[in-house]
Amino acid sequence: MIEQGVVESAGQCLIKGSKEEAVSLARQVIDGGADPVELMNLAFIPAINEVGDRFGRGQLFLPELITAADAMKAVTDVVNEVLSATTTVRSNKGTILIATVKGDVHDIGKCIVTSLLQANGFRVHDIGRDIDTEKIVEQAVQHDVDIIGTSALLTTTMPRQKELEELLKAKGLREKFKTMVGGAPVTPRWAQRIGADAYAEDAQDGVRKAEQLLAIAVS
Amino acid sequence: MIVVGELINASRKKIGQAIMDKDAEYIRSVARSQYEAGADYIDVNAGIFVEEEADYIKWLVEVVQQEVDAPCSIDSPSPAAIEAALTMHRGTPMINSISLEKERYETLMPIVAGTDFKVVALCMSDEGMPETVDDRLEIADKLVNGLLRNNVDIDNIYVDPLVQPISTNKDFGTGFLNSVEQIIKRFEGVHTMCGLSNISFGLPNRQFLNQLFAVMAISKGLDGLIINPLDRRMMANMIAAEALAGRDQYCANYLQGFRQGLFDI
Repeated sequence: MIEQGVVESAGQCLIKGSKEEAVSLARQVIDGGADPVELMNLAFIPAINEVGDRFGRGQLFLPELITAADAMKAVTDVVNEVLSATTTVRSNKGTILIATVKGDVHDIGKCIVTSLLQANGFRVHDIGRDIDTEKIVEQAVQHDVDIIGTSALLTTTMPRQKELEELLKAKGLREKFKTMVGGAPVTPRWAQRIGADAYAEDAQDGVRKAEQLLAIAVS
Repeated sequence: MIVVGELINASRKKIGQAIMDKDAEYIRSVARSQYEAGADYIDVNAGIFVEEEADYIKWLVEVVQQEVDAPCSIDSPSPAAIEAALTMHRGTPMINSISLEKERYETLMPIVAGTDFKVVALCMSDEGMPETVDDRLEIADKLVNGLLRNNVDIDNIYVDPLVQPISTNKDFGTGFLNSVEQIIKRFEGVHTMCGLSNISFGLPNRQFLNQLFAVMAISKGLDGLIINPLDRRMMANMIAAEALAGRDQYCANYLQGFRQGLFDI
């Protein structure tokens, strides 16, 4: 049972971007005997979603989103630590591989997407930026992911997203994964044209689309 | 000061749509209004189309230059697109841009070598985006010297030190400003220019931040801007800042601007 006060405090910590307060709140509640999974599901995940929504509505801004995601990550680490000690298995909505494509070194947006996906209970393998298409496929197979998400911030690197689709087909792996594309110049039209399964406008949309792709009922 | 009007960029929805619809009328009107607002170059970008980029950018050059007597800034990293645009272009274009990324450097250098084109030299390499002043200087050094070796006049080189958002690192603004100062000190006669909008990415009141940052950069010696020339405050700030920075003999441009009513905002 998570008290309403805790839910509100969690929200405030994240909106303020206060990592210390968020971690100390989490520790305090867990030490008080609360279920860490419930703490995440009922307090921190709704809180980070609220932050994402407010960011989407233009009420919170990028530095605030980054600090909130950072605080959320610290809380997630605390919770995972407790859980691995108590061997309870944490719910995992699905596994996602994220990369910025070859030739493209942008990673601000990709890191935000990674944080929000993790915050929402996905297991995310962020393999970095400037990643070869071959390597993306290789890593996706190795980690046995559900979704491959690629970011391209340049019109010159967008074709790599198409290359990924083609390489997956050539290797007979296309049906094994869902694909999601994003990045400033990327459009729904591009996604459709290259045959990607989803286009995500921003990080919050990325979470939504990932849930849709894996047919997860959205709370 | 050189002003490049940035509005004809396919990543802006209305422009992208106009390009797909071959709506020359709309493109012309955007070219005309930027020109009348004081743009020296009209930037043309069809990057989002990837495969059709070369055809579309060539069409943009044609349509823009039917309407205004101004050169274009050919905004593409693709040699094929730039060459296509050049077949149509009248006058001396600006190439926006070469960088130290190997493929881009090697394919664009032959296009600009020995020409009178204005060349934007973007401080970016295969190692990624520069973060510190030293990173930028190192790239600028290689780019400027490479262009000089290929017979591009220093007066035609516009180094873009690369603006990055202060929302992700508070020191990105000063890093850029100090780079401008260092670059013009180190390479006598070189110019510096940039687009501004990255500085305010992720923050509210972006236009206000962009306007102020332009003034700060001009005070460090920046003499080229890729902006929306229809932003009247930006244009007024720019003229006043140049006068205040000591680059307007007898305040002639400032006074001319005053008489044209540019400061009645």
